[in-house]
Parts: sequence; structure tokens; C-alpha cells
Amino acid sequence: MQETGNNPILRVENLSLCRDDRDILHSVNLAIHPGEIHGLLGLNGSGKSSLAYTLMGCGGYAPKEGAIWLAGQDITRLSMTERARQGLTLAWQEPARFEGLPVSTYLSLGAKDRNASQLMTALQAVALAPSAYFSRPVNHALSGGERKRIELAAVWAMQPKLAILDEPDSGIDTLTLGDIEALIRRMAEQGTAVLLITHRDEMLNAADSASLMCQGSIVFRGAPTEVREFYARRCRPHSDSLGAQPWTANAPTLPLELER
Amino acid sequence: MTATMTSHKLQQGEPAWADEYQAILNAFQQAGGDPSKLATPRTAMLVISGNRVMAFSEVPGVHFESQELPNGVRAKIVVDPEVKLAKPVHLCFGMLPAEGLQEIIADYEIGAGAQAEFLAHCTFPNALRLKHIMDARIHVGAGAKLTYREAHYHGPHGGIEVMPKAVVTVEAGGQFVTSFSLVHGRVGKLELDYDVIVLDRGVAELTTKAYGLAEDHVLVRESLHLDGEGARGLTKTRIAVRDQAISEVLTTAEGNAPLARGHMDCTEVVRGQATARNIPTVVVRNDRAHVTHEAAIGTVNHKELETLMARGLSEDDAVDVIIRGMLG
Repeated sequence: MQETGNNPILRVENLSLCRDDRDILHSVNLAIHPGEIHGLLGLNGSGKSSLAYTLMGCGGYAPKEGAIWLAGQDITRLSMTERARQGLTLAWQEPARFEGLPVSTYLSLGAKDRNASQLMTALQAVALAPSAYFSRPVNHALSGGERKRIELAAVWAMQPKLAILDEPDSGIDTLTLGDIEALIRRMAEQGTAVLLITHRDEMLNAADSASLMCQGSIVFRGAPTEVREFYARRCRPHSDSLGAQPWTANAPTLPLELER
Repeated sequence: MTATMTSHKLQQGEPAWADEYQAILNAFQQAGGDPSKLATPRTAMLVISGNRVMAFSEVPGVHFESQELPNGVRAKIVVDPEVKLAKPVHLCFGMLPAEGLQEIIADYEIGAGAQAEFLAHCTFPNALRLKHIMDARIHVGAGAKLTYREAHYHGPHGGIEVMPKAVVTVEAGGQFVTSFSLVHGRVGKLELDYDVIVLDRGVAELTTKAYGLAEDHVLVRESLHLDGEGARGLTKTRIAVRDQAISEVLTTAEGNAPLARGHMDCTEVVRGQATARNIPTVVVRNDRAHVTHEAAIGTVNHKELETLMARGLSEDDAVDVIIRGMLG
């Protein structure tokens, strides 16, 4: 089914997810336009990664209700492979390790241009020296931060229509954070829309628009500064579902993550 | 020591020799070898086809002796003490007919303090009903280092039985690093049997990789006897099986001396109706020795699979990339 007209690159309508008899996502609606960086902010356990996996079509994340549209096409029932071939991809919060698979091969697998010089440029884009990394395997010998950067390089080389970046700053040293933000900005300038998932509100500096997620619902959306302000002023850890430190056990708790 | 060539049926320069030599070089290439290396000056090499030594070349400090047998070749390969080879020694063992038996009885003597790397390519490209037996004795002298890499190509039919067997002794301070790889074409039936004794401060690292398809049967039996103080040993096994193939990995590591350290690491990936077994045996006879093992048997890692599918690979292609990476 094909939509017509000038639509968002990603449109999510009333998306709900249930896993193991637990409702995880509740009627999520979201729209992202080409070249837009949309920040999705939320505390641990708020459903951000579940939304990412549902959008990507990961195993066990078929939605209970709702629809996902990519570039005007309904992709709700497509497999991960088909979604990726339509121009959607995901960078995991904790990237996988691949024994024996060289970085060069890994980068080339989904790359739009598999020329070695382009793949090396992708490594440079995440501040990794090609001479040091091109032939190394993507295995346990690389740190989590190095694998994270290599995964972001692979996403950049793919030049997708929409990249879902799940916590791209996790495991990245503070000196390199600026490089990662610059890469995200460059992806957007080249036409890739980005769904930037984070629990650190300062990451929204890189975003054009933002949403706040709480207990599986999007509860606020607006400009990144507005969302940051709302988050700082109104959000509290929801100790009823996540737990609390023992020395705060007698402290007053709030029923929800969000003060309403 | 000089090479002894006996009872050649074919001589270099005869047309039949040239044809067979070219055919075995082609097969050598299929097994991952580079034929141009065999013609490189000052490179030690030995080429055996069936029961014939087709070509050999020595370099200072490396000597071959060989004797043709009714169904194979008996060979002695010596690296003199303290000789440090700058370039690998190339070995090519193969058989071109579809049926038959090849038995290689090999004796490797690596002198004390020597350093050598052997690249062995074993190729049986037309095998339909063929048996290849390698019966090796390897002696790594004190302080010597031997790296022995062996890659096999058995053709597309699976009609082959391959039985590489080695008894290895690593003297004090010696190092023995070996890899066996059979990841292209069919395995047929493989029975690998390595038995390694490691003496004081010696090191042994054994890596085995195989990819079994259809009705292939992979049996890996490796034993490490860490008999010397401070001896170290590692077995690393990477097997993938699919269809109805069977993989059995039987590894043993014995810590028999103070400060001996051993580890067995086995990963087997199973697809379709295939079966994989891993039976590690850990024996420790000294309270200051330490031996560990880890094994993972099952399908490919889910996250690796989905990461590649999120790049647009089909599930089958993603599995293949993961397995090929693992089998390197």
C-alpha cells in the first residue's frame, strides 16, 4: 500500500506492543521528516528500545496494534531484511561482536558504496583511523566504545532513509561525544532522518525536535529545549516499577515517573 | 641431510609429469594455496601427488627425505637447530583420482632454538571414494617454535575419508601453534586426532575449523598433556554443521605439573537437522595446575543475526557471514 503526497519519512500510528502478557508500548504516534533528527528521551525502562526494536521488526517485537509507514509505504508486516532494504536501519545500544569478521567486511555488508576508500571514510567519520581498524575483526578485542563507533560507521555507510540510533553516546568517551554528534548532524545533512534515542537530555542538543517517553507512551513533544526543560522539571524515577535504593525506601515515592 | 628420492615413476620434464604437476597446482590453489609461492626462489617446498614426490626444494637449514610407498609417501622434514626461517615452508599433499588411498607418514624434527612456519595444503578435488591418512610425528625442540597451518579442500562430492593424526612433543620452552581448516567444499568424513605433550614452559595452541554439510561427519579428538612446569595449552575448535551433518568434538586437557595452564574453547553452530556434540575432559593431577573449558553449541547468536539483517542481509546470508567469519 503506497501513500501519496509529501509525507514524513517515518510515520507511526497508534503503535502498541505487548510482550509476555505485559503492555510495553501504548498507542505511540510519531512522525519524522527527511533529514530531521528527532530525539526520543526517556528514563531507563520507559520503552525507548522496545519502540526501536518494534520499528525495526526485531524478533518478538511484532506490534499488537498500529501501523508503521516508511517513505509512504506500510512496513508493519515486513521482515527486518525487507525493512532494511526499504531504507530503515538500527544501531543497537550494545553492538554485537562478530568473531573473525573484519571491520572492512562488516562495513561493506550494507554499504551503499562498497569501495574501500568510502569504507575508510566511514571509519574516519567516527574518528577511527582506518590503518588501525580496517583489518581488525569486530570481536571482543575491541572495546564497547570502539564497536559502537564502528556500528555508527556502518550505519553512515549504508546511507539509509531513517537510522534509529539507540543510545549512540553510551560507552563513548566524553572527548569523542562531539564527533558522534557531528556525525549524526552530517547524516541528517545528507538526507538521512535520525531517531536519536537517549536517556541523557544533553544529547538533545543534536536534535531538531524531540519527544519524551514515559512508561511506554509519548507524553510530551516539542522543541528539544522544551523537552529538556520539561524533563528536568517534571520527571522523577518511578521507583514503584524499577525499585529504589534501600536508604530511600521510606522516602515518599511517586506513582509515576512523571509528575503530572 | 639430503633429499632421497626413490623410484620415481615420472620424471620432471616428461609430459605426463607436467600435466599432473599442473593439475595438482590447480588443486593446490583450490585449497587456498598460491602456486606462485612454490616457484619462488629460496623457498622450501614439497609437493606430493598420490604416492609420488612431484617436486621439492630445500633451503639452508631445511632438509627433506622421502620414500615412495605403494599407497603414499614416507617423509622426514628437518629444520636444523637455531635456524630461523624468514619464509614459510610450503607443503602440498594431494590426490587427483576419484578413488584410492593416500597415506603420508611424516616425521617433523624442529631443532632446538629453530623457528619455522609450515603452510600445508591438502587437496582432493575429485574425491568420490578416497581415503587420506596422515600419520605424523612432530618433535619441537627446546626453545623452538613451529607454526603449522593446514588447509584442506575435498571437492564438492563428500566421498572422502580424511584421517590426520599427529603425536607431538613440545620440549622445554618450545612453542607449537597449529591450525587445521576445512571450510570450503565438502568435508566427507574427517577424523582428526592430535595428541600433544608439552614440557616445561612449553606452549601448544591447536585451532580446528570445519564446516560440515549434507551427510558430512566431523570428529575432532585433541589431547593436551601439560606435563611440564609452567606448560600452557589451548584448544580452540570452531565447527559449523548443517543439513544432516554430524560434529563430535572430544577434547582433553591434563594439568599434570605445577603452574600448568590449559583451556579448551569450543563453539559449534548447528543448522537444520545437523547434530553437534562436545565432550570435554579435564584432568588435573597437580594442585597448582589449572585447566578450564568453555563450550557454546547452538544456532548463531541472535543479536549478530539481527544486526546483519538490519543492514539488509537475508537470514540465510547473515548466517553464512557469521559462520564464515567464525571459521575465518
